[in-house]
Amino acid sequence: MSAITHDTHGHHDAHDHHDHHEETFISKYIFSQDHKMIGKQFLITAVFMGLVAMLLSLLFRIQLAWPGESSDFLSLFLGETWAPGGILKENMYLGLVTIHGTIMVFFLLTGGLSGTFSNLLIPLQIGARDMASGFLNMVSYWLFAGSSVIMLVSLFIETGPAMAGWTIYPPLSALPQAIEGSGLGMTLWLLSMTLFIAGSLIGSLNYIVTVLNLRTTGMSMTRMPLTIWAFFVTAILGVLSFPVLLSAAVLLMMDRLAGTSFYLSDIIVGGEMLENHGGSPLLYQHLFWFLGHPEVYIVLLPALGLSSEVISTNARKPIFGYRAMIGSILAIGFLSFIVWGHHMFVTGMNPFLGSVFVFTTLLIAIPSAVKVFNYLTTLWRGSIVFTPAMLFAVGLVSTFITGGVTGIILADSALDIAVHDTYFVVAHFHIVMGMSAVFGMFAGVYHWFPKMYGRMMNTRLGYAHFWVTLVGAYGVFFPMHFVGLAGAPRRYYDYSVYNEFDTNTYEMMLDLNVIITVFAIIAALGQMIFLFNFFYSIFRGPVAVQNPWKSNTLEWTTPVEHVHGNWPGALPVVHRWPYDYSKPGAEEDYILQTVPLAEGEEEH
Amino acid sequence: MSNHNETQNDSATTWGGKVSPFSTSYGKLMMWFFLVSDALTFGGLLIAYGFTRHACQVAWPIGEETFNSLPFLGHGYPLLYVALMTFILIVSSVTMVLAVEAGHRMDKKGVQKWMLATIVGGLFFVGSQAWEWYHFIHGSEFGKIELADGSKAIVKGHFGEIKDFTVVEAGKHHHKGAVIKEDLLHQFHHAIEHGKLKNDTITLHDGSKALVHRAKDEHVVLVIKEDGLKYKTGQHVEKGADKMYHEVINSGTPHRVIYGANLKANEYGPTQYAQFFFFITGFHGFHVFSGVVFNFLIFLKVVEGRYHRRGHYEMVEKTGLYWHFVDLVWVFVFTFFYLV
Repeated sequence: MSAITHDTHGHHDAHDHHDHHEETFISKYIFSQDHKMIGKQFLITAVFMGLVAMLLSLLFRIQLAWPGESSDFLSLFLGETWAPGGILKENMYLGLVTIHGTIMVFFLLTGGLSGTFSNLLIPLQIGARDMASGFLNMVSYWLFAGSSVIMLVSLFIETGPAMAGWTIYPPLSALPQAIEGSGLGMTLWLLSMTLFIAGSLIGSLNYIVTVLNLRTTGMSMTRMPLTIWAFFVTAILGVLSFPVLLSAAVLLMMDRLAGTSFYLSDIIVGGEMLENHGGSPLLYQHLFWFLGHPEVYIVLLPALGLSSEVISTNARKPIFGYRAMIGSILAIGFLSFIVWGHHMFVTGMNPFLGSVFVFTTLLIAIPSAVKVFNYLTTLWRGSIVFTPAMLFAVGLVSTFITGGVTGIILADSALDIAVHDTYFVVAHFHIVMGMSAVFGMFAGVYHWFPKMYGRMMNTRLGYAHFWVTLVGAYGVFFPMHFVGLAGAPRRYYDYSVYNEFDTNTYEMMLDLNVIITVFAIIAALGQMIFLFNFFYSIFRGPVAVQNPWKSNTLEWTTPVEHVHGNWPGALPVVHRWPYDYSKPGAEEDYILQTVPLAEGEEEH
Repeated sequence: MSNHNETQNDSATTWGGKVSPFSTSYGKLMMWFFLVSDALTFGGLLIAYGFTRHACQVAWPIGEETFNSLPFLGHGYPLLYVALMTFILIVSSVTMVLAVEAGHRMDKKGVQKWMLATIVGGLFFVGSQAWEWYHFIHGSEFGKIELADGSKAIVKGHFGEIKDFTVVEAGKHHHKGAVIKEDLLHQFHHAIEHGKLKNDTITLHDGSKALVHRAKDEHVVLVIKEDGLKYKTGQHVEKGADKMYHEVINSGTPHRVIYGANLKANEYGPTQYAQFFFFITGFHGFHVFSGVVFNFLIFLKVVEGRYHRRGHYEMVEKTGLYWHFVDLVWVFVFTFFYLV
């Protein structure tokens, strides 16, 4: 790193005339207002959080595969308090599941994806010096960091972390007497998420206005790379949906701390009737899923945007159906707000209303299929370069299809009733949202690593990482469908009661759970390859050239060493869309966006 | 784009890059999007309120019956006070517009004057809300009563004034024959809630007993809000109503009469009603209060002359946007809690 730092300063003095102040360690690495550094801060924080969440999932997978057996691994991490004699406590099982889900959805896939790549790429790809407000950008990161710390701290308190699932449905989450994690742990969870929402809101506002106001000359909306379109719509979704989660959370906070009964009614705990009367837990579910569903696309859209860019670049072909891609991003964004009821088919909802939600949910299949077919047609007969980023992007297309197919099953209320809240659902969303988003994120990291750190990651380790991850992840989530179809509900600590009904089914479930856990361990070990590659390459990777992937977008016209303001001289001027790959008649198989149209050349 | 004759970089159009498509600074755009977001927070809360009201089995309170007090003047003025509050808040929006307009003319004095007026209006509103809460918490003179058949009713009419308490049995503080003339209504209510009024004889805090001298209630009407064995919701009982009321408050049974509101119970209707009232108007009041603070900080900088030196008063515009928004939200909160 020190070598790069030195280079950066050299560059500074030579080219950057409007910024001569000496940067201290604190202003450069900690309270930085530079979007590239903030993007990297988001990435590192999110990767750390992701590791924690992955570890938590291993802990509860061990319980599921070998229920009731003593494990040194559990003893090591949970100690006598939460795993007496190496056997996981029931409450902690729920705590692990809850925090695993929360961290993965919000901290890794929202903060890590949108936070990292919106920050890194928006100014670079639209030709801006920085975000609209560098200061608010910094605040956004530090709110995220603060909320991460609080979430981690909640793992270590005496009564344990929140244990009501990542959806924190009341009454379980509202009543400390219901489960110990609904005491201080839940309060910390809500506090952490409040900070997270504030940070995410500030970040999103910044992304939106930057895209609207700071595009460089010639960068019209229809010349923006699809990454930017995806980040833009993601930010809008965040601005519209997170505040509703905030309302849900503050009302829950009131139920917990002030004794109101917004969500509580006629509950009996320990043989005693509570005073609360007249509230409705369904109200919470409506408010929560109004956020919850757009959140799925807040997670997914950036991954789709990143993979569009990676696939087009590495297939050496223009993205197929650029406008259709924009249209489908917008359509997905819009539809995501009118489908929340499909999470609530079994809540006693009016069947007619249910069928409306079935209809709107199935509509999402259309823009999603448009995207999938556009990926496939972009790949079709391309001169594909299989970089690690490309592998992950293609992997995303794969998981998006496999996960999407089960989505159609779950969208139908008649079918959903049979598999609702079983491992079938868990398998579905882990593939379509978890794996796809994580693959998109890896594609992004491998592809833009040279832009972030000025060095290249190791390709062979990247291949190894990809194959272990792909096989491991499918090995986990494919069998999980069958566990769900066999009737195993999610969030159960132990399924031994199934033995009473049907020994064969029970043994199948148990066997599958062992397979799943083994694959989970393999996949987790596979991530060590990535971590090594990532941190090693930051310091020791080969120095990158300016445009290593021969890509068209503006970020590859900036110098390898970071400078404040991104471009040493004037801002680049854009003359064409970003997907002029293998254009007939051109000398090279790529044409930078800054190259003017030749005499007689048609724009795409 | 397919048109070949178009300029190579279509910066001629506002969406072509380089310039803001809305000709608006990023700061103002951010404020707009923030307001959209905040609108959804309030939207979520108000929808939650509507959801709860819709699901509620018993009669929901009516604005005119619940909010009919004026400071210093007592009860019997339905919605008058909230109309005044709302009027002042809307006027403060007008003064905000005038401040922004003065800013466009670079008229520092004008900005100062109108900002100050806006701040005063905002403070008045927050103060009024405190009064409104005070009345809401303390409730009506009559309270809500539970009749002999189990039905519950609110009481309309003219509450007979309490003249004094004459102590008939000494307690720790009061000796026999003493005449108490202070804090009468509060003690009266407190005693009734705890079943300490019987045959017009009140048991006071210190254990002494006193005779209550109270004028007769007039024009008493009981409006049934919850079904009982005999009376059904919506029924108005006029005949013998004053007698029935007198009987209930003199029954000596605790909790048959509820005065005012807290988070556990309220005289107006279901508990959720008061909980939402406190939370949503509180959340809105918090927004108004923050707005007053922002306005004040910006006012200080206007006085200092910072924006004048900067050459524009955009900061006043931004806080103005927020102020109008808070105003607009109040219109919705007002509609939901007072009008429908």
